[in-house]
Amino acid sequence: MYPLRRVWAELKNEVLVLPSRTLVLAWAIALLGLPLVYNDAYVLRILTMTCLFAIFAASWDLLAGYTGQVNFGHALFFGAGAYTSSLMSQKLGVSPWLTVWAGAAVATLVGWGVGYLCLRLRGSYLSLATLAFPLIVLGLLFAFPGFSGGELGISGLRRLALTPTQNYYIAAVAMLAVVFGLWLLADSRFGIVLHAVRDDEVAARASGINTPRYKLAVFAISAAAAGFAGALFAHYIRVAGPSTLEVALSFQVVIWGIFGGVATIYGPVAAVFLLYPLTEWLGSFEKIGELRLLIFAVIVLLVLLFMPRGLAPWVRDKIEVQCPRCKQRNAAWKSVCRLCGAGLKAGASQSEVARAQRLVGHQ
Amino acid sequence: MLQDILVTGLVNSGVYALLAVGFSLIFGVARIVNIAHTAFYMLAAYCFYALLVKGGLGFALAGVIAVAAVTAFSVLCYRLVIEPVREHEAAVLIATIALALIFQELMLLSFGGHYLGIPSTLEGVVRFFGVSIPYQRLLILVVAAAMLAAVWFLLYRTRLGLAIRATANDLEVANLMGMNVHRVAMATVAISVALAAIAGVVVAPVFVVDPFMWLAPLVTMLAIVVLGGLGSMKGSLIGALIIGYVEAITVFALPAGAYLKGAVGLLIMVAVLLARPEGLFGVAFEEER
Repeated sequence: MYPLRRVWAELKNEVLVLPSRTLVLAWAIALLGLPLVYNDAYVLRILTMTCLFAIFAASWDLLAGYTGQVNFGHALFFGAGAYTSSLMSQKLGVSPWLTVWAGAAVATLVGWGVGYLCLRLRGSYLSLATLAFPLIVLGLLFAFPGFSGGELGISGLRRLALTPTQNYYIAAVAMLAVVFGLWLLADSRFGIVLHAVRDDEVAARASGINTPRYKLAVFAISAAAAGFAGALFAHYIRVAGPSTLEVALSFQVVIWGIFGGVATIYGPVAAVFLLYPLTEWLGSFEKIGELRLLIFAVIVLLVLLFMPRGLAPWVRDKIEVQCPRCKQRNAAWKSVCRLCGAGLKAGASQSEVARAQRLVGHQ
Repeated sequence: MLQDILVTGLVNSGVYALLAVGFSLIFGVARIVNIAHTAFYMLAAYCFYALLVKGGLGFALAGVIAVAAVTAFSVLCYRLVIEPVREHEAAVLIATIALALIFQELMLLSFGGHYLGIPSTLEGVVRFFGVSIPYQRLLILVVAAAMLAAVWFLLYRTRLGLAIRATANDLEVANLMGMNVHRVAMATVAISVALAAIAGVVVAPVFVVDPFMWLAPLVTMLAIVVLGGLGSMKGSLIGALIIGYVEAITVFALPAGAYLKGAVGLLIMVAVLLARPEGLFGVAFEEER
């Protein structure tokens, strides 16, 4: 009984107290439970792609949002994973269950290499230089079509699993694991160092942080996650083509990341879960199918005018408030802080504050 | 072949210089990485096409109207879309990406995705050291040179140019000295887009016009600007010459060169950045705080 009670206590005290965490829990449960309730191949297909792109967007956020290395060529890592995995499984006949990891490993190396080359660059220079790398690779792929399949790419790949439901669960579980892992990492001491590197690299170095090492590590980790997503993606749609390296994909991930809110991890994931199904859904209409990219861009533009910091921080500010005394977050409808008992609103009644402060042990 | 390389390189460099100088200007003054810059170039080409082929106007009139319309439109876009989110750098970035996508889709809807040809403004060729140069390409070169000279004059010989340079140097101090930095930024947007629009109008008869024509020059332009040093006019000009010639040499001298021209140009940019992280003529300023 004890472990169960422990889990319940954790759930009650850490997750259910904050609306944002409750939302995330509900979303994860819904994601895992969906095929049991509504087993439609089309919906599952869209959600599988959404999950894979969510990994991709979250990995961009770790690099661009937390560390400030705004990467305009993130598709390079996605494509490196996709091409490595598909070349290995196609030419060597290795099972995709193994090549996916190889794809992630090669992407890690590529990420380390790009990071190494870009160590001295910062700001817009870094963004624009990173934009170049996938295009250089793309040029090489087109120039040597014998090896890479040229414009058609490598097609006829094996899938990881046979049924849509199985594929969906692979993507969903992989997404939850990677995104939660990235979020934990970004929330740890490591993540705090990344914030420092972004905000003031000189000050971070003066405080004894080996910033190049951190930047390289983030490039490698972020590339690993993106490459993993790319490899899964290639095996899911059974093609690894030049579209995995194009500028459009790199820009897409930038849009997802900034639309959702940078330096949050959950923001870009939320953005993918909103925008990708939305564009697919718009595309399913015959009349406005042609308009879907236009509608997409207009929505992004309008939302941005009202929430320039991104969607997730905006929503979070609406449903939660920060305690002025202890800086912990509380549900917006609370009048006293759940941790220190300070009044959250100007008009918090005296008796309520006194009662809460007695409860949390304040004088 | 050598003559081909010389001529093609020079013409391409002229077009790239027009684009890169405009981009560099707006980055220098307002710190906007304007991804939609070449989308305005595409818009101008379409506008020119519509006025010339559909509207039946003369070449000169159609060109002038196209440039003026696109410039006015860009100021409108700046006021409505970019200015409200100016404080959020990331938001500005994707706002410009979204603008470019919107323009692309609008053109796709109204003109279709196929290539549109525009009849040459000037027929005939001139022979020059044994190379035949079509008048149209010569026109590109002349227009590019004239426009660059005009920009130089504007920047270094007028009060507006002084204000633009001052704002680029230090926005806050310029503001304190009584310059209306908002208006300066708007004027810079207009100048920079006008340059792009002029480039779009003069190349339209040589290149094909399609809704995706903004992507390839965008990447090349970014490479040039980074290569020369962000915000530096001289750097953009010399970067344009370097990349223009490198592309011409790759296309004419290498097998599968047409595929590799972008890659080689970008490789050169990366190589320069590795040696000089602030570009050829960029100023290595201390970290801004």
